[in-house]
Amino acid sequence: MGERDPMTTTAYGSPLASRGPAPGGLSARGESGANLADILERVLDKGVVIAGDIRINLLDIELLTIKLRLIVASVDKAREMGIDWWEHDPSLSSRARRDELEGREEG
Amino acid sequence: MTEALRADGLQYAYAVVRDTGALDAALDGVHGVAGEPVRAVVHLGLAVVAGPVPAGEFDEGPLKERLEKLEWLERIARAHARVVDAAGADSGVVPVRLATVCRGEEGLRRMVETGRERFTEALDRLDGRVEWGVKVYAAAPPPAEPAAAPTAAVSGRDYLRRRRAERQASAERWGRSEDGARQVHEALCALAEQTRLHPPQDGRISGEADRNVLNAAYLLPRAESPAFAGRVEELARSSAGVRLELTGPWVPYSFVAPFSEDTAGAPDGGGGGPGADRPGRSGV
Repeated sequence: MGERDPMTTTAYGSPLASRGPAPGGLSARGESGANLADILERVLDKGVVIAGDIRINLLDIELLTIKLRLIVASVDKAREMGIDWWEHDPSLSSRARRDELEGREEG
Repeated sequence: MTEALRADGLQYAYAVVRDTGALDAALDGVHGVAGEPVRAVVHLGLAVVAGPVPAGEFDEGPLKERLEKLEWLERIARAHARVVDAAGADSGVVPVRLATVCRGEEGLRRMVETGRERFTEALDRLDGRVEWGVKVYAAAPPPAEPAAAPTAAVSGRDYLRRRRAERQASAERWGRSEDGARQVHEALCALAEQTRLHPPQDGRISGEADRNVLNAAYLLPRAESPAFAGRVEELARSSAGVRLELTGPWVPYSFVAPFSEDTAGAPDGGGGGPGADRPGRSGV
């Protein structure tokens, strides 16, 4: 039954996209309307990393990493404003720390 | 048979699913990063979704060069995501990272052998799950009071006083949006099986003018999506001073790696302060 719910049978990304603006302070978008940062943080950073025959280390690609660093708001700046609670999330804190170090190196 | 379809031609891999035999229908008419038709290559009970791509773009040299171009990267990132979505429309799917390219179907089969355990583990764990993304933005500040005309004589003291008041107002807004984000996250955690916090996004890539204070992903059974979306709508109505954005449902990208793997790259200890050793991986 639950399997046939309209929301669950539609392709990924489409249900909310077709719903139009949601009430209140909420905007909803399906993947077709997803912003580039949403897509990149998933397809570049989150899939299974497995060596193909073409050896590409995404971390070695200089411009790519510089541009993608833009995705991440400056950790320092956020902390200045007292926004640091995400550091208590282990999945993020390691990453935030890496980004921060990278940022310092750049700066 | 075109040149790109030669047995040893390059194959771009998108995702791995269980071989149920139903995939070909889902992939019918779906085109990949090079505009190529994609199909399933079956091996060891799994199926890799892949498509032939031209060496002129996807061999090591040209690929590295092209990945430096944000426009090209955006195009293939969106195409990659579309194929992963199609592959996962009716079954569990585990995406592989962007720009995974093999030589021939033989190369794809080798990839399946190498990653077999990881693919199987993730397919089992994520079966029937979807990911929803929720972002919280600090609501735009109220329209600034008309600044004194630049020609008006403003004493240094007045100027500093005004700057101080502006800074205070800004800090208060931040404090409110931080509380709002925390409450939203706590409420949604209660509905999710797992959650991941991504770093806040920068407006230069996301195109958002408002400051992103929470960028979270929630994993839940697909059937619970309507309840989750409903809760997000409620929170959006009840949270003052912040704006919420809901994206999804996504293939559970953010949950492909088991949680422990997520943190393995940067061991704790050493304080992690500015003097800590530079980790071996960047955030990408």
